[in-house]
Amino acid sequence: MAGIYIHIPFCKQACSYCDFYFTTHLLDKQDFLDALIKEIATRKTYLKSLPIETLYFGGGTPSQLSTKELQAVIKAVCIHFNVIENAEITVESNPDDLTEEYLQQLFNIGINRLSIGIQSFKNEDLELMNRAHNSQEAENCVALARKSGFKNISIDLIYGLPNATLEDWKTNVEKALQLDTEHISAYNLTIEKGTPLAHSVTKGRITIPSDHEVVLQHNLLIELLAKSGLEHYETSNFAKKSSRSKHNSSYWKGTHYLGVGPSAHSFNGSSRSWNISNTKKYVELIEKEKSHFETETLSLIDRINEFILTGLRTAEGIGLVHFESYFGKKALSNLLRESQESLSKGLLEKKQHRLIVTARGKVLLDGITSDLFFEK
Amino acid sequence: MKNIRNFCIIAHIDHGKSTLADRMLQITNTISDRDLQEQTLDNMDIERERGITIKSHAIQMDYEQDGEQYILNLIDTPGHVDFSYEVSRSIAACDGALLIVDATQGIQAQTISNLYLAIGNDLEIIPVLNKMDLPSANPEEVKDQIEELIGCDREDILSASGKTGFGVESILEAVIDRIPAPKGNPKAPLRAMIFDSVYNSFRGIIAYYRVFDGEINKGDKVKFLNTGKEYSADEIGILKLKQEKRDSVKTGDVGYIISGIKEAKEVKVGDTITHIANPCEQMVQGFEDVKPMVFAGMYPVDTDEYEEMRDAMDKLQLNDASLTFEPESSMALGFGFRCGFLGMLHMEIVQERLEREFNMTVITTVPNVSYIATDKKGEILNVHNPSDLPDPSKLEFVEEPYINAQIITKSDFIGPVMSLCIEKRGILKNQVYLTTNRVEINFEMPLAEIVFDFYDRLKSVSKGYASFDYAPIGFKRSDLSKLDILLNGDQVDALSALIHKSNAYYFGKKICEKLKELIPRQQFDIAIQAAIGAKIISRETVKALRKDVTAKCYGGDISRKRKLLEKQKKGKKRMRQVGNVEVPQEAFLAVLKLND
Repeated sequence: MAGIYIHIPFCKQACSYCDFYFTTHLLDKQDFLDALIKEIATRKTYLKSLPIETLYFGGGTPSQLSTKELQAVIKAVCIHFNVIENAEITVESNPDDLTEEYLQQLFNIGINRLSIGIQSFKNEDLELMNRAHNSQEAENCVALARKSGFKNISIDLIYGLPNATLEDWKTNVEKALQLDTEHISAYNLTIEKGTPLAHSVTKGRITIPSDHEVVLQHNLLIELLAKSGLEHYETSNFAKKSSRSKHNSSYWKGTHYLGVGPSAHSFNGSSRSWNISNTKKYVELIEKEKSHFETETLSLIDRINEFILTGLRTAEGIGLVHFESYFGKKALSNLLRESQESLSKGLLEKKQHRLIVTARGKVLLDGITSDLFFEK
Repeated sequence: MKNIRNFCIIAHIDHGKSTLADRMLQITNTISDRDLQEQTLDNMDIERERGITIKSHAIQMDYEQDGEQYILNLIDTPGHVDFSYEVSRSIAACDGALLIVDATQGIQAQTISNLYLAIGNDLEIIPVLNKMDLPSANPEEVKDQIEELIGCDREDILSASGKTGFGVESILEAVIDRIPAPKGNPKAPLRAMIFDSVYNSFRGIIAYYRVFDGEINKGDKVKFLNTGKEYSADEIGILKLKQEKRDSVKTGDVGYIISGIKEAKEVKVGDTITHIANPCEQMVQGFEDVKPMVFAGMYPVDTDEYEEMRDAMDKLQLNDASLTFEPESSMALGFGFRCGFLGMLHMEIVQERLEREFNMTVITTVPNVSYIATDKKGEILNVHNPSDLPDPSKLEFVEEPYINAQIITKSDFIGPVMSLCIEKRGILKNQVYLTTNRVEINFEMPLAEIVFDFYDRLKSVSKGYASFDYAPIGFKRSDLSKLDILLNGDQVDALSALIHKSNAYYFGKKICEKLKELIPRQQFDIAIQAAIGAKIISRETVKALRKDVTAKCYGGDISRKRKLLEKQKKGKKRMRQVGNVEVPQEAFLAVLKLND
């Protein structure tokens, strides 16, 4: 199996925290779409002829495209790749784009999974993040999507927001749970360099909660979602039974994927590639049939470290049997030796031939991971 | 002999000595334009990059004037206070000196002390104003300074620009006309002085010397008087851009000798070479066994690399005989070496050369000076490491080295410069105005105070308009305490320091604060304490790390995340474990950066 990621770089406006690649100029949309469709054709051999089980429109804001435009892209993918029937097709969207009509069209063209960037149900938060929607739209969009027929819906939330108390966060989580979606992604707000938010923090205009408060919000999130039957299956992702994001899971599972569009990443088992980020340059390079991505071949140690990195993010942890069969006995004993410290500190546990991060370890994941890394 | 001229160049760093030397080499066709690199004489990368000369070099130029052929030996000397003994020997090998002064900057402290050395050795001084092409050149004022300093005639001061080549020929003419030919007796027994040595992996140690009397011939049996070692002169010759073999090197000339010497310490700068059969009566005056002034521990970052490091140190010592080291072990840092250096720059250079030439990354501990401790029984102990200081109850007193510090600055900065020196336990000895707005201040100060962030602060309080030089003046009794640093109750031996009692509290507080900045948060609280004996004088806490997780792993961008964590791992690997605390390397030098 394999997956395809399609990056749509357009946004209505810039969220204050975002450092992903996006542009707020919609002017060159048609040029971009032409280039995107051309790229899909030129990279048709990247995944050999593996069956494509997932298609994922990420961004930017894919819901800035009309359903006609989305359909054209999907069609191009289906022409050049072996897309299975009932493939998971996700579109990331923002509540303000989700009118009844648009939702109905999305459903009709075959989108079967909707990811909605709600982030918060509180107007103050949404304004501070410079989101285009308001709390009303946040609360209504899921019901509208249901009405249009969507049975697999995910919403995004952000915690650790400026000025947000634990009580505020609890209200947000509870509202999210009332919507009863199949999937929730919850991210800790990170202040990325160069973003308007980082600027405000440096200038002292806003204060972000302390690590201690953020940890309390994180723990509350896990507790409340578990009570509602959502499994914490990956660092930032929660799902009802059999509703995990198949596409995102391919990132942790080492499944091959092709990413098209500016800044998209691809992986074919032995190397990783990433497209140029700038949309204008992307379009130019594709038009001129010049190379538009960089590639990094993964060494054995790179692959080991990625296996560790992605494994520890998931509820299943690092499968030791798999690890040994991929990388050998010596690598396994090395891994076990390096894991001793975190095991003894109760940050990791060994269960049924798996190394899994404990509840206490979840908030210290980066350090635990790098401790297990192999050195070049 | 009457057509030989031996001369050196005295100049402050950045005053353009090397560029001017390059021009002379070009004009005399010693070097073709094709072979010319900037700073030709500085053949270590580190010298070129920093624009400094670390080792002495010598090069012979041929020059014709008025139908006569002249041999000009230029002996290039290091310009830094750390190497003042080498400078003094190079000067002793010369009969004249070019005093090069940047016409935009004026005379600096280092220039003055080297100039006095040259005058003391009866060298003929030829003052040259360099960088005359720059619009900011201020020749009249700088000429005033020079006149005042050496009492020369104003018209004897030459003008030049190393950059444009202007005035370089007139410098060569002045070298021939004004610098006396070497004196010496060609018939007397051989008497030559070593002023430098280099290591060659095929030939062993090659010594450079100036012949004062007699001559040296290929195959001669010779003796180095101070070490008492005897050798056969397997190969001798002169120093052009490359070494050129000769059958003999005669009175007044400069040359090299290869005699299969394996150990750098056998070739001491300042030693006298003579014949075994017919030795000279008196050795060349001024020989000194240079002793290291500053000590620090150096440890391999990777504890497994101790043997490799020993190897690297041995090799480094082959062409840096002034470097000393002995094995040492530290609870915090494992096995390493306690090294002795001529000064702070020398220490930096050794560290950098280890990294560049031997690919050894090392942790250097806080440097200290050497102390003389006298215990209650009257026994005397040389202490090169604070942790070797005897227990206070057994200690009678401690002496520390003092220096005479000479600072030249603009009169605007006298106030702040004085405050700094007084804060550093300095006692004002003298203050002289060189011109209306340049002043020379002399302080008596403990050397230890120079080791701790003196240069940087001097630079900042004087906005860069101060130059500094020093000379050791012996040991004095001091009221010193050993300050220890504890992390979660475990003493970090590599961070112990001997501090004057009056400064100990302030120092303890500052170092705890600095360590708090440098030690990353870990999975538990870390107490940082400063203590004198059993008494805790300061404390800071590094709070436990509560959260260390990046939530998103965007669009399959696993590479970026992996690289981030790999970097984190690498950083951690370079840290040292003290008890259960991981300490980054910078922390071991925290004391030096208290004011950053």
